Amino acid sequence: MRVVEMHDIVKDYPLTRALDHVDFALDSGSIHSLLGENGAGKSTLMKILYGMCTPDQGHIQIKGQSERITNPRQAINLGIGMVHQHFMLAPVMTVAENIVVGSEPDTGLLFDSRKAALVVDQLIARYGFCIKANERVSNLSVGEQQRVEILKALYHGAEILILDEPTAVLTPQEVEELFVIMRELRKAGKSIILITHKLKETLAIADTLSVLRDGRMITSGLSIEGVSADDLARMMVGRDVDLEMTNRSKTIGPISLQVRGLTLKGKEKNILSDLSFDLHRNEILGIAGIEGNGQSELIEVLTGLAKAEAIVFQHEGTTLSGDAHDFIQLKIGHVPEDRSTRGLIKEMTVEENLMLGYHRSPRFNRRGFFRPSAVRDFAQRMIKDYTIKTGSSRQRCGSLSGGNQQKVVIARVFSEDPDLIIVAQPTRGVDIGAMHYIHERLFELRDQGKAILLVSADLDEVRRLSDRIAVMYDGRIVSISKPGEYTETQLGLMMTGSSVEGCKDDNQA
Amino acid sequence: MTIRRNLFRNGGNLLAATETIRMSTLSLLLAMVVSAIIMAICRYNPFEAFGAIFTGAFGNSRAISQTLVHATPLMFTGLAFTIAKKASLINIGVEGQMYMGAIATAWIGALDFGLPAVLHLPLAILFGAVAGALLAGLVGFLKVRFGSNEVISTIVLNTIAINITGYLANYPLKADGPTAQTNRILPTAELPRLFQGYQLTAAFFIAIAVCAIIYLVMNKSLLGYEIRCVGYNRLAAQTAGIPIGRVMVVTMLISGAVAGLAGAMLVLGVDKRFIVGFSPGYGYNGISVAALAADNPIGVVFAGLIFGALNAGSMVLNRTTRIPTDFINVIQAFVIIFVSAPLLVKDILPFHKLRRKHDK
Ligand SMILES: Nc1ncnc2c1ncn2[C@@H]1O[C@H](COP(=O)(O)OP(=O)(O)O)[C@@H](O)[C@H]1O
Ligand SMILES: [Mg+2]
Repeated sequence: MRVVEMHDIVKDYPLTRALDHVDFALDSGSIHSLLGENGAGKSTLMKILYGMCTPDQGHIQIKGQSERITNPRQAINLGIGMVHQHFMLAPVMTVAENIVVGSEPDTGLLFDSRKAALVVDQLIARYGFCIKANERVSNLSVGEQQRVEILKALYHGAEILILDEPTAVLTPQEVEELFVIMRELRKAGKSIILITHKLKETLAIADTLSVLRDGRMITSGLSIEGVSADDLARMMVGRDVDLEMTNRSKTIGPISLQVRGLTLKGKEKNILSDLSFDLHRNEILGIAGIEGNGQSELIEVLTGLAKAEAIVFQHEGTTLSGDAHDFIQLKIGHVPEDRSTRGLIKEMTVEENLMLGYHRSPRFNRRGFFRPSAVRDFAQRMIKDYTIKTGSSRQRCGSLSGGNQQKVVIARVFSEDPDLIIVAQPTRGVDIGAMHYIHERLFELRDQGKAILLVSADLDEVRRLSDRIAVMYDGRIVSISKPGEYTETQLGLMMTGSSVEGCKDDNQA
Repeated sequence: MTIRRNLFRNGGNLLAATETIRMSTLSLLLAMVVSAIIMAICRYNPFEAFGAIFTGAFGNSRAISQTLVHATPLMFTGLAFTIAKKASLINIGVEGQMYMGAIATAWIGALDFGLPAVLHLPLAILFGAVAGALLAGLVGFLKVRFGSNEVISTIVLNTIAINITGYLANYPLKADGPTAQTNRILPTAELPRLFQGYQLTAAFFIAIAVCAIIYLVMNKSLLGYEIRCVGYNRLAAQTAGIPIGRVMVVTMLISGAVAGLAGAMLVLGVDKRFIVGFSPGYGYNGISVAALAADNPIGVVFAGLIFGALNAGSMVLNRTTRIPTDFINVIQAFVIIFVSAPLLVKDILPFHKLRRKHDK
């Protein structure tokens, strides 16, 4: 049975037609993946269904009934729930309080917190959610907060659940847990729309799928059977994309970066213990590991943002020390792992972000004042070279899509011709087209003789790009070797700390 | 529609600017309407009140001069607050920094070096700016070095500054006579009046010039860029190798210097000496000015003028009606509330909503 049908939806924004005569349908009790690159119109389509946007044209049927949904409350009453890309929880309140808000149980006069906790506990138990009803939301991990959002929708009687890029913020483990929950919900008869641009996830969980590209529906309601990742990529991007592209370095150059005995103490235990490795020119060294095993701190030490207790640290034969500024001066490029906290200043313009970190260079300013034309010309060149989609170089950087924001960071660092590049999560939240592009640039730079350290939570990415892989667990490098020497299972095991013995330990390239 | 499109092309900046101006204007109008309602509830005639304020602010050339005179210190203090805010620092200490500036200026202004006016006047102004800068710089240093919260340290330092200057004006620098004030400054240090019989001096134009300079520094210079980076996103600034601590201290120094100028101009242009308790809270009112100006140095000029007009008008309100001048503070408070809660304004105003719908 069709629970949702959307016909001929059109939505115009000032500069773009976000949706161009789109049809969409959802079957009852199924998981439907809505695929599309950043800016394809996925969120807009679902916001229309959830009553957050009004379409310029088109109509909607819920369970066969024509409905005009003009606000979320109406959507909720029709049994539609939506978990947004950005969570909307009150961190100081408990899980239960956050869930019941909007239709709280009361004792006739006062909020009945005991009843609320009880009802929420039942809900948690029913779907196996593994969180505590009386925990404060601020104490929860991102994955747990997401579960609270899902519970909130269920509490309000959602039969149709819209999840907007739920996996973008999750670690691979959390993604697995989410999928378990989604299957549980499907079993309970819920219909789920999963918005994503990740093919693997679609193939892993969806029953049917639809693909949006530039506001047009390319395929709608396609069954997952017999569909390959390549087919999906072609539909999303509009051309063939080689998803398996690997390209190992032909020549490994001399040592560029030498790290010996790197130790960083934390409050209770060492965050990094006695790390030693070499990074060569013409080489990409990938760091594989589950997040939180010291990768972030390793990057901070290598970019001058944190000071290690003990380290022998040489780059091209000179010993490194100082702060971030000194490291940048030594031609060490840094693509931070989290573009919104360290990589970009969203309130500032694209132009201003494109020179961040290099803004003191004399080519941008004279006697303490910027040369607007120089800044503009540089920005325009970057926007062209890196195909950054932006209305103008003076647009607020935060208004760009995630992929284009990432391109701003990448353009800034790569165009500076650094000798050593430290790239962390270079394609997180980035669509396939941009990911492909970033990977190609990395190969190109490596072949030009740069030394590249790649940290990524995406194991596929590490395996495809790296000439050598170092596995980190609990602040240590447990193994370094060529990617061909590991099976996926071996890597997975080492990342979780098991079976460290029996793995190769040759430090030679 | 086409205009909107063009605004968007322009990177949305122009659109953002017009939106800000619209919101500030709406907030101001709303603040006046709400204050009028409160007046009516208190059985005062709001039309009479606003009539008196308007006459007092713009009724004749003297009234206009008074508006500009009252606007001057507010422009300086509003700007001082705005500067710190750019680095995401809350400088509640403008009042104290202004007192320090005032006493330093009054001291230099009253000393007889035998200097001509072209040297004596700038020297006195310079000392005011430096004194304000040093006090604010101390706040910045304490924050960077010891992590002390600048809101708290500035509040404490306000009391200290006001008492130290009070002591100086009561003892070592006290002029003969019964009142607690310093000696009159020498004619060589005075800001001359622009028109015979009007209080208006060049201070008003200096204030506008300083606003313009700060606007340029904030938006076009390397320093301003780094200040904004630190203000918007400290971690990203650190990652980009910007010396956050140094930038914060420098920002506070500039902010304090401008606050010191507020005091210096009052001494040299209006009071001609340091008088204990000379400020009716210019430093704190600067926060309202900065809020209405949406932290834009050019906006500060206009916001300063608006509050200057209210203050000038309140004198006439006081003289010609029995309506308490406290309503001026009520209006200011509502301006802050509405400016800081734009969504509230959007919700309150139905015609605003209608227009939005129409735009789509
Ligand atoms: N509020 C808005 N104002 C103007 N344009 C918007 C707005 N929201 C989305 N868009 C534009 O509509 C298009 C589709 O956006 P969206 O639905 O968020 O894409 P997706 O979720 O697939 O990444 C994009 O080009 C985006 O820039
Ligand atoms: Mg989206």
